[in-house]
Amino acid sequence: MLIIPCPYCGPRDETEFAYGGEAHVVRPDPAEDDAAWSARLFLRHNPKGWTRERWRHQIGCGQWFNLCRDTATNAIGPAYRMGDAQPPFPDRETKP
Amino acid sequence: MTGSRLPAGGLIDRTKPISFTFEGRALTGYAGDSVASALLANDVRIVGRSFKRHRPRGLLSLGMEEPNAILNVGTGAHAAPNRFATELPLAQGLAVSPTRGWPSSRFDLGGVLDLWPTPLAAGFYYKTFIGPRLPGVRDAWNRLWEPLLRSLAGQGRAPEGVDPDAYDHAHIEVDVAVVGAGLAGLAAAEAALGRGARVALFERDIRPGGRALGRDGDPRIDDAAPLAWAEGAWARIADNPRATAKLRTTAFGLYDGRQLAVYELPVDGPYAGRIWHVRAKEIVIAAGALERPMTFPGNDRPGVMLASAVEAAIRRYGVRPGGQAVVFLNHGDGAGLRQALNAADIEIVAEVGPDETVTGTQGFGRLQSVDIAPLGPDGLPRMDARRRVPADLLATSGGWSPALALHLIQGGRQAWSEADGCFIAAGGGQDGVRLAGAANARFSAAAALADGHGSTAGGAPGPKTTGGDAAPSGQGLPLAPIAAERLKRQAFIDFQHDVTVADIGLAAREGFHAIEHAKRYTTAGMGTDQGRTAQLATAAALAAATGREIGDIGLSGLRPPVTPVPFGALGGWRRGALFAPVRQTPMHRRHEALGAVFEDVGDWKRARYYAAPGEAMAPAVARECRAVRTAVGALDVSTLGKIAVAGPDAAAFLNRVYTNRMDTLAVGACRYGVMLKDDGMVFDDGVVARLGPNRFHVTTTSGGAAAVLNWLEDWRQTEWPDLKVWLASVTEQWAGVAVAGPNAARTLAALAPELDLSDTAFPHLTWRDATAAGLSARIFRVSFSGERGYEINVPWRHGEALWDAVLAAGAIPYGTEAMHVLRAEKGFIVVGHETDGTVTPVDLGLSWLISAKKGDFIGKRALARPALTAPGRKQLVGLEPEDASVVLDEGAQIIATATPRPPEPMLGHVASSYWSSALNRGFALALVKDGRARHGERLFAWSLGVAHAVRVRDPVFYDPKGARLHA
Ligand SMILES: [Zn+2]
Repeated sequence: MLIIPCPYCGPRDETEFAYGGEAHVVRPDPAEDDAAWSARLFLRHNPKGWTRERWRHQIGCGQWFNLCRDTATNAIGPAYRMGDAQPPFPDRETKP
Repeated sequence: MTGSRLPAGGLIDRTKPISFTFEGRALTGYAGDSVASALLANDVRIVGRSFKRHRPRGLLSLGMEEPNAILNVGTGAHAAPNRFATELPLAQGLAVSPTRGWPSSRFDLGGVLDLWPTPLAAGFYYKTFIGPRLPGVRDAWNRLWEPLLRSLAGQGRAPEGVDPDAYDHAHIEVDVAVVGAGLAGLAAAEAALGRGARVALFERDIRPGGRALGRDGDPRIDDAAPLAWAEGAWARIADNPRATAKLRTTAFGLYDGRQLAVYELPVDGPYAGRIWHVRAKEIVIAAGALERPMTFPGNDRPGVMLASAVEAAIRRYGVRPGGQAVVFLNHGDGAGLRQALNAADIEIVAEVGPDETVTGTQGFGRLQSVDIAPLGPDGLPRMDARRRVPADLLATSGGWSPALALHLIQGGRQAWSEADGCFIAAGGGQDGVRLAGAANARFSAAAALADGHGSTAGGAPGPKTTGGDAAPSGQGLPLAPIAAERLKRQAFIDFQHDVTVADIGLAAREGFHAIEHAKRYTTAGMGTDQGRTAQLATAAALAAATGREIGDIGLSGLRPPVTPVPFGALGGWRRGALFAPVRQTPMHRRHEALGAVFEDVGDWKRARYYAAPGEAMAPAVARECRAVRTAVGALDVSTLGKIAVAGPDAAAFLNRVYTNRMDTLAVGACRYGVMLKDDGMVFDDGVVARLGPNRFHVTTTSGGAAAVLNWLEDWRQTEWPDLKVWLASVTEQWAGVAVAGPNAARTLAALAPELDLSDTAFPHLTWRDATAAGLSARIFRVSFSGERGYEINVPWRHGEALWDAVLAAGAIPYGTEAMHVLRAEKGFIVVGHETDGTVTPVDLGLSWLISAKKGDFIGKRALARPALTAPGRKQLVGLEPEDASVVLDEGAQIIATATPRPPEPMLGHVASSYWSSALNRGFALALVKDGRARHGERLFAWSLGVAHAVRVRDPVFYDPKGARLHA
């Protein structure tokens, strides 16, 4: 089980949170073409290594926030509030 | 006492005899015995049979390596399969038996398989799928091989009945968790306590000390004998208020977030077992090392034992495991073993030197003699020069491997160390997790203590050792040179699964060069012992067979649990009524009293129908439907999701999440709406009521309430943080009763005589606050049945009183099944029936709900994508079976012919199907390709081999003009 540092409440068990997919996926203007919208709707990066993703502290403060997580090791990096500047990924190297 | 117990010595209490049974035979051991040591003391030499060939197998070890002595414990519902005899403390009245062997482990009919070795070679299981073909036997797999395998296979017996035992779960959070109370683990725990940390220490054995328990000749530690030091350290730790120290606890999993899963076998008390969920800032894995048996022909004969097991039998358990011993080690650490053998007056008839090897063993069910041959210049044994020595004990060691399982299952890596002669940890895994002691390839006592203590600058110094120290020096691979293929078939790598050196060679010849492939093909390491003794030998044999280095082969992966844990323990309290949370409405007792049959909707229990005594479901549902269509019915709608939406931008917010306009909704009015995901697919539906200029009451489906709130919060917080709007779940603030039918107004008038129910004062799709049945109520005039309807909402705690009043006023209770029939007759959708995440509002014929006059809303842009506007989409239609008595299967496929031929084009499927008492026929809602253009067409609904002719039609079957809303 992950320990997730809610930026409002502090570290809590993974079971209190709902996962929300990749962070910083921009919703295009409705005027943009079908390709832009298809990308928004269906395409995600799914990298191996450090990612930024959205979580909601569902059984807690109820807030959505962003979290850095290493998809290869499940190491947890910094969490930050919606709209805050993106913190750099931790130094910890991604292990295969 | 008969058997092999020495007259004195050992860590057993000879004043406390313990009776137990093995295969029904009454035996006696002592307090301090494991089941394995007690069996050995009673001269039980065959403890089970191997998996494939049913060869007799004896105790190989007295520790966690054991592949053979894996037993059924207990009987009936209390039975537990696959318990390790070497780690099972002896207890009064314990009934144990081998997991295999019929009629008994000593005389096993399956043993004839051993006389017919060829078809049971590597890959036997896979090869029987296609052959061997036998003349005259068709379908050999189903007729011959599978029944044969099933009758002979099996890993223990399942308990007969529901586990009657209770299992506990407990949680603990500490600074440092230490796995293993051997020398390294004790030193680590004491060092952490010295730093002021909170510590948890878990030891799987019934005593602390690790290898000190069964060994002599280690150096003195802090001027005490090793075992005395270990017991002192344990006592100091256990007495420390910052420490939790537990024996009989096995760490079986290590998960993300430094979470250890530990299984405790309590000595007594109300629980049969307890799982500890341990969170720690730092974890020290001091799990020790596993001794490796040498691989040589005849190495599975009972009487061949690991050197450490021989030593432990004598030193720890006071058992004399034989009278004449051959010693066969591949390293220099034999002094302790020789001392133990001498102390027990066991003659060492031969020691196999570095330029010799064992080429065979003899004895029926028990070792009688050992063949030893010198190695020739080619490195192979010279069979012509072999000699045969009489022996009933062969003490063997192929060196030691660190116990890396916990390290590996959390993502740790390993690498071959030529210097250590074993695979060692090589990074990876989580921060804050470290190995210590023998698990970290620190095999000597001094090195293990220092490694456990760690280098804490400025901290207290670690334990000091004095005197000679021993470690397995120069240990090689545990694979003896074997001369001939015939002998390789007798050299066992996996004792439980009968995998031999020859099997690995065959796998290599057939192309299975990767360790994971060879493992699965031969099943080496796939038994209940998880291949603890087989892993390294498998890699060594594969390296030899393919001419590669063992470091390039590697070991196969591991998964938790690293040792078997009962399902009952994993379930813990989450069984029966506590398996999942149950939500009940305040009227639940009333439903029960009315004979309700409940269905699960999300976590809710909803009354599906109310059965009068002796009444079946179909007539009950028909009766309830008639009550609503001809008089008045009452439905508990308390489970509907309810969300309060408030704020200056509440209307703007709802405008963006529903497809239709909500900003034009007047205070006092309500409106049906659907929400889409941003891909344009219907997500949820419900009614929105405007309570004030800046306040709305939104209902959702019963099962979707939490998901909808999560979703709305997502948009509110992340896409539109500028909107001033707030959301709160009020599902459990409001209990509700829907009153529906031509007499609904009369019923409500009896409850709320002061409320004007005329169509002008209280029209359809409006709400009013009123006093009903003496309760403060909010009443919505809405209908999900097509009849005139009201949903009366009162504070949750008054739900039962409201229900009683509504029934007293003459309403007939109806359940969710009747509700479904009534709404389907009207062509109303239910999210999850008529939608499945691929259905747009246009597909459902709800285009009128999509506002063209407002700005962006969720899903709007996607609805304009070509895929969602192209012809050929499935659209909502009604279906009438030509045979009116037929009720179609939900999920039936819609096709164009009664006699389909694959690949028959699928035109759609039945979404909802019921019997209608109002129509006196079966009817269905379906999603059919271009369905709206097919009204009147004759198609077929196919399910389970039966095709029914159906007529496609408009989905509104009942009162298409909606006149009954005002009846
Ligand atoms: Zn929070």
